[in-house]
Amino acid sequence: MQAFLHQLLSGLADGSLYASIALALVMIFKATHQVNFAQGEMAMFSTFIAYTLAGAGLPYWVAFAITLAFSFVFGVVVQRVIVQRLGRLPHASELTAVVVFIGLLVLFNGTAGLVWGYTNKEFPSPFDSRAWYGSTYLSPHEVGMIVVTLIVLAIVFVFFRFTRLGLAMRAAAENPQSSRLVGIRVGWMLALGWGLAALLGSIAGMMAAPKLFLDPNLMGGVILYGFAAALLGGIDNPWGAPIGGFIVGVLVNLSGAYVVGSHLKQTLALGVIVAVLVFKPSGLFGRTVVVRV
Amino acid sequence: MTTMSATADLASAPTRRISSGARWLAALGAVALVAPFVFSDYHVFQATQIVVYAIAVLGFNLLTGFSGQISLGNGSFYALGAYTSVVLMTHVGVPYWAAPPIVGALCFGVGFLFGRSATRLEGIYLALATFGLAIVTPQILKLDALERWTGGNQGVVISKPVSPIPGLNDDQWLYFFCLIVAVVLFAAAWNVMRGRSGRALIALRDHPIAAGTMGINVPVYKARVFGVSAMYTGIAGALGGLIAGFIAPGSFEIFLSIQLLIGGVVGGVASIFGSLFGALFIEIVPDLAKHASEISPSLEWLAVVQYPIYGALLIVTMMLMPGGMAGLVASARIRIARATATPPRI
Repeated sequence: MQAFLHQLLSGLADGSLYASIALALVMIFKATHQVNFAQGEMAMFSTFIAYTLAGAGLPYWVAFAITLAFSFVFGVVVQRVIVQRLGRLPHASELTAVVVFIGLLVLFNGTAGLVWGYTNKEFPSPFDSRAWYGSTYLSPHEVGMIVVTLIVLAIVFVFFRFTRLGLAMRAAAENPQSSRLVGIRVGWMLALGWGLAALLGSIAGMMAAPKLFLDPNLMGGVILYGFAAALLGGIDNPWGAPIGGFIVGVLVNLSGAYVVGSHLKQTLALGVIVAVLVFKPSGLFGRTVVVRV
Repeated sequence: MTTMSATADLASAPTRRISSGARWLAALGAVALVAPFVFSDYHVFQATQIVVYAIAVLGFNLLTGFSGQISLGNGSFYALGAYTSVVLMTHVGVPYWAAPPIVGALCFGVGFLFGRSATRLEGIYLALATFGLAIVTPQILKLDALERWTGGNQGVVISKPVSPIPGLNDDQWLYFFCLIVAVVLFAAAWNVMRGRSGRALIALRDHPIAAGTMGINVPVYKARVFGVSAMYTGIAGALGGLIAGFIAPGSFEIFLSIQLLIGGVVGGVASIFGSLFGALFIEIVPDLAKHASEISPSLEWLAVVQYPIYGALLIVTMMLMPGGMAGLVASARIRIARATATPPRI
């Protein structure tokens, strides 16, 4: 029973990573119907920035805050410089977008390897490993992961629900043409969305790195679980994504421990992806899309 | 008089085009035949690898370029081909020359079934699922349950085929063996793509609904081209295992699928002969970077700097010249033809 509880709770901790990544993916998908294959690599890149800052002697939370600011600008720049141009290309197709996102993935992965090398690096955790909130079920870092994620989710909720800017961003994603008519600068709203998504991803990266060790392939597996989470929650539903993240975390951890073995965890995530796409493409909480011919 | 010369032009135009194409093809064939006798053993090995990559990139192009089904997981079919070929050779006792056709048939079956169940996955969702497949492939190859056949983490050693022809050494023979397979597969692809099936595929890529209305059985065509793509890539995998002499899960990580994507995009994603450019690129460029970095320690960064460059190249190619090299060549030919054509007298 104790082992089961341990698996269940650390599943929730892993799920918090997938929740942030999935929410980042959904924010971008909802606005422009693009799947950002480079989301994980952007998060990894931000985590390396935090690593460098912390290595330079900055206190953890200062490095954390600067990294968030960097990630936000990073996301905005990527959107303004590359992604935004995609829509204006005369030959733009789904393939163009997918290839460009894979190109970004390779670019960020390769640049991180070039700058920081491919060896594993220890990444500090802000949560003392002997802190009072640790237990046999969850290490203090895992408790911290869950708490940080929940706080961030709450802030994101408040931002989109109760601020004018959040409302404008939702409007731009929902109906760009009408938004433009009421004076919302849709292009910039999309860029802000990318910035916010990159920021969410960087939190996942910084929370994942102490557990998984930091190297350019840090997020290679996490992004797969993030996809599974986003699809399970409904890829166009921002509330579904975090729930999907926690479900995937628990599901993968429990079946990794008791059913399929730890070697097949990623394969299981792929199974979730395929099952959702084939049997219920709208996910648990998504909207069923009807296309007029 | 004017109409006469116009009809004469029309009549001569196609023959002229075919003959210029045929000339290029003959030159390419001559180079391919002479190459193994001029090159060193290492370069023969490289040439063989280019031929094999060309088949794999062609497999990718048929699926993604012609039929518009975005696959980021063709490396998985390459792995499937390599591993089934090894199992056939070492556990069933199939000779190496008989393995590729059997592997091809098997991969066609698997690809067809995959394509059949993937018809509900459109565009970006298919890209997502195949991306996942590419990530997961090494994990599946490492499975304990399959270790008897796959050798687990350690991989399997494949003995090199012995040349049956006295004048050829083993490397040269393997080169010609792969070349023959490639020529057959390229000719088949070329024939299919300019015929009814090829037009059907392009139609369902450009407008699936209209294609369906015209009587094209969209799910069946999609599944079939998936099968053909898996067959090509799988055969390439089988040959790739032969020339490497060793396969292990580490050779089939997601970067392999990305390499095939790079080859397809750089060569031109909807082009048969673009696959050759692509294959040339993905074999030669990493090799050059590796050699340059070995010349002196001060050049070591060259080996690492290639990866971000591939990423940038994918982005730039897709945004600025989506037809890749093949598209560039085609538009250059049109420009030259326009510039040199004599204006019609009126």
